[in-house]
Order: sequence, then C-alpha cells, then structure tokens
Amino acid sequence: MTLYHLLFEPFVAYGFLRRALLACLALSLGCGPIGVLLVLRRMSLMGDAMSHAILPGAAIAFLIAGLSLPAMSLGGLIAGLLVAMLAGAVSRATPLKEDASMAGFYLTSLALGVLIVSARGSNVDLLHVLFGSILSVDTPALLLVAAISAITLATLAVIYRPLIVECFDPGFLRAVGGHGPLFHGIFLGLVVLNLVAGFQSLGSLMAVGLMMLPATAARLWARDVLSLFWVASLIAFLSGYIGLLASYHLNLASGPAIIFTAGLAYVGSIVFGRNGGLVRTYFPPPHYHTTPAEHGR
Amino acid sequence: MRFDWVRIVGWIGAPQTTVPRPRLRFARNPTWSGASAVGLRANDGHGLSRTVWGALTQPTVLALLLIHPTLALAAPLKVVASFTILADMVRQVAGPHAEVIALVGPGGDTHTFDPSPADAGKLGGADLIVVNGLGLDGWMERLAKAADLKVPILTASVDVAPRQMTEAGQTVPDPHAWQDPRIGGMYLRAIALALKTADPAHATTFTDNTDRLTAALEALDQNARQQIAGVPASRRRIITSHDAFGYFGRAYGVSMLAPEGISTDQEPSAGAVARIIDQIRSQAIGTVFIENMANPRLIETIRTDTGATDGGTLYSDSLSPPDGPAPTYLAMLRYNISKLVAAMKGS
Repeated sequence: MTLYHLLFEPFVAYGFLRRALLACLALSLGCGPIGVLLVLRRMSLMGDAMSHAILPGAAIAFLIAGLSLPAMSLGGLIAGLLVAMLAGAVSRATPLKEDASMAGFYLTSLALGVLIVSARGSNVDLLHVLFGSILSVDTPALLLVAAISAITLATLAVIYRPLIVECFDPGFLRAVGGHGPLFHGIFLGLVVLNLVAGFQSLGSLMAVGLMMLPATAARLWARDVLSLFWVASLIAFLSGYIGLLASYHLNLASGPAIIFTAGLAYVGSIVFGRNGGLVRTYFPPPHYHTTPAEHGR
Repeated sequence: MRFDWVRIVGWIGAPQTTVPRPRLRFARNPTWSGASAVGLRANDGHGLSRTVWGALTQPTVLALLLIHPTLALAAPLKVVASFTILADMVRQVAGPHAEVIALVGPGGDTHTFDPSPADAGKLGGADLIVVNGLGLDGWMERLAKAADLKVPILTASVDVAPRQMTEAGQTVPDPHAWQDPRIGGMYLRAIALALKTADPAHATTFTDNTDRLTAALEALDQNARQQIAGVPASRRRIITSHDAFGYFGRAYGVSMLAPEGISTDQEPSAGAVARIIDQIRSQAIGTVFIENMANPRLIETIRTDTGATDGGTLYSDSLSPPDGPAPTYLAMLRYNISKLVAAMKGS
C-alpha cells in the first residue's frame, strides 16, 4: 500500500468521505476559536452541559416536524439559547452562580425532552433519527455547517475586542462602560450554534469533543489568543482527517474515531507541548536553566 | 457506542445481549420449562417441533391454567404480543376470540424498545404473552419477570432453526424469521397450539383459521418462487438499510447486502460504507431500499454516491398503520415481495 493509497485515495474515490472531510474542516474553523474562548473563560464543561440542553429541543422539533434538518437545528438552537439565557438571568437575579443554575436548567431541559418523547410513545431510537453520522453528511447539512462557521468567524471578528477584555478583566470592561453581559450572551449563542452544527455532522453528543479537546491541547502549544485559535482549528481538522482515515482503513465507527484522535492529540500535547508540556517542564533543554515552577507561564 | 440519553433515562436499561432459549413457561419460574418431557410431534419439514409445545398439555400446567380467574369466563382471551407482526398473526388465528395488543406499535423499533410501567400493566391483564425470541424482544421477558407475572409466555419462533449471523464479532441468531413465509407458517401453528391450550372451547376455530392462513402462505410462497425464478441469478441482489431480510434471502436465493449490521444500534465505519458502495458499483445494482424504521440518511448518502434509484419502503420489523400498504402479515409479505421482485427485474 503506497502513501497515496493510505492518505488520499479514499477521499478521491468516495464522495461521502469528501463531504465528511469538508464538514470536519468547516466544524474545525468554527469550533476551534469557540473552544479556546470557553477554556479561557473557564467554561470548559459548559459545552457539555449545553449539548445536553440542545438535544431535547431537537427531539421535540423532530416530533413536530419530522426528519427536517432546519426544524431540528432550530429546535436545538432555541432550547440551547433558552437554557443559556435563563441560567444567565438567574445567576444575575439570585445568589446562584451561573454554573449552578446552568446545571439546574440543562438537567430540567433534558428531563422535559425525554418526558415529551416518551409521552408521544415514539419508540424510534431517537439519536439515530435525530443525528445521522459524519458519513451521511449531505449537501444541505454541509451548507448548514459551513454557514454556521462563517457566522461564527464573522461574529467573533466583530466582538473580538470586548469579548477578550471580558474574558480577562470583566471589571475593567464594566468600568469603561462596555456591555459585558451582551457579549457574553452573543458568545453563548455562538456556542449553541456550533454545537448544533456539530450534532448535525458528527452525529453524536461527542461533537462537543471536537470543540474542547483541540482547544485544551492548543493551550499547550500557543501563547496568544489568535495563535490559540489557529492551533485549535488545525488540531481539530487533523483529528477529523486522521479519524476518518482510521475509520476507513481500520473499520472503526467514524464519530468516536475522530474524537478519540482529538483525545490522543490532547494527551500528546500534555506530554510534548512546547508551552508547559511535561517533557519541556521536567526535562528542559540544558541552556534554559529554569525551574519547573518558572516554566510554562 | 453512542451516548444514548433516552435509554439511560429510560425505565428499563441494558439492551438484549443474551439469546433466550425457545420456551413456553410461566414467567415466575424460569426453570420450569426444563421439566417438560412429554412433547407433541409436528413435523413441518423445517425442523422438528420441540417438546416445549407439549409443556402446555401437562397436567400441572392445565391445572394452573384452570385456576387462572379469567379463563373460567367466556370472554375473549387477552393476548399481548411484543410487536405488530406477531399481534396480527395472533389476531388472524384467534379471530373474534381474542383481544390482541402489540407493545411496539407500527413504525417502532422492537430491537431497542424501552417498555414503560404502563406496558407492564398491559402484561399484567393478559392471558397469554407472545414473543418472537431469538434475541429480538428479550425486554418482554425481563418485563414479565420484573412485574412478577403468572402469565404463560409463548416464544413464537420455538420451532425455527435460526439462521446465524455475525454481529459485533459474535455469532448470534437472526431474529427476523417471519420474513420467510414458510417459517411464518411455523409461527402460526405455535400460536394456534398456545391459543387452543388457553381456550380449548374454540380449538376448532383456531385450527380452521390456521389451516386457511397456512394455505394462503403456501400460495404466496409458490407465487414468489415463480416470480423470482424469472429473475436472472446474477441480478438476485438487494441493498437495504437494515439487515432484516436474511431469511427471505435464504428462502429465495437472493443476496441481501446492508450498510449497517443486523441491529439498528451500530454506528457504521467509513470502511463498511465504502465496501457497500464498491459492491453496488461493481455488481451494477440499480435499486436500494429504505426501511420503515431505520435512519434513512446513510442510505441516502450511498444512493447519492452510486446513482442508484430508491426502491421505496420495505416493511421489515413492523406493519404499516391500517391505512398503509402492509396492515397485515400477509399483506406485508405480498408488498415486500412485489417491491423486491420489481427492483431485481428493473435493475
């Protein structure tokens, strides 16, 4: 087997793999920056909570409108935004912190979704119907994912400065009259949008992995925010590419293969990362003469 | 494996992994069937009937059936079947002498069904429970066991020599035996025997109905054979989204290819999908089928990539609603056969 057969031939021969790879590319461009911002805002687990909040919305939309991509995406979007907004509002109006009220609302939303689905008596395995698989990405799904990445990148470009200031010094943003909660809300909307895109293409709850794993891995390679964005997107796309190849050559389920590849990238980064990885920290190149504590800052 | 949130929050958990032995017994006492030694012999040409049938004729069982309160009345028997195809079979054999309900309704997936407490309640009021067995509806017996019921359970596939197939590296029996009309006849005879034991007063009606249905099935089988004989052997190939037609393929010498495994549970690999596409391209298969319950997106992908046409819907694990094209078992077989033959001839 030549290198061409190993790395490129599958994508040349099969349209479904080309579409899957394109979906990975679009997803990576949107999810990379969003994941990095989640990590910087110490909201790494928020993505997971959000993904559970989205599912019931999509399920309800499926029961109302049937197997319709726009309806299910819209349903997921509405459910996710609703939970995010409610959690934000409650944390501002009561002593509850945002993570606590988020946990409360997403669990309630999940339970409500399951209740509605079982009350309808539908016995169809919902996840299979709701979310295909990265292998069954069709043109409408591809357009949806690409549009969501474009919207994400454009919106981030517009709100980049206030958002970064809000990440690092929310007090300063308040002092200079910035609208912190507004940008926070827009950002949460972007998180939900990207999770919806991930569901529609990757076809599972693991979609959140393509958001968080590359972002945490990137933290061990890059220092400034823009490089973090690039590195995260690159790792996400390479995970998609390698995961699809593994799924093709080794007969592995494609979604988990992609996320597991991203997981390997994360573990590899922990060990070998240039910016605070274990090897660099505990076995530094001789001419640095730094202590572990000083390094990696 | 996907994170299946519906199942995790659901009432009864894990999917069926063990394969139940064919049996007819009381749910409360799982070892009881081992005691049955006296058996009816009914050679149907496809495998000897087991002694399990004879269990119902044993004096102890008869005594238990007699003290069962509802049996003393002339009211119709209450029968609960796991899914629509079995329910229709019971309905056809029993005629007006039984009220039959199916726990998994039209379009539902029997493989991954999660029973609710209301379903356990339905079982509780039953005089007879009918399951398919062969790993399809193991949740039904778990449900009966959990509800601690004293209702006899008939495994309709009791006389079937199951077709083995590979799923996730393990060899398991293929549960979709009803897709072979001759095996459907075995199901009917097993159901008739159980009904006769539960309601001996109407035994002749049950026998007559079974004979009539079996004759219809035989005619249908002959007709299918003639039609498929008209298709060149090289064209006897079908692609469906769910591998439920193994028995059909075995009966009529048709190759069945599927992009997913036997269960709708599995997430396919890129390699498996690529092999199916290669197969369609190299063997010039022109038609693919989407079934009434499987996720149609993957097969759509395969159609897009190969240019094959859509053969329409086949009914595999569930009947259609009463106004659909396959409201009864016989109608379902007829409908599937006509669709499959048209696809093989047209391609």
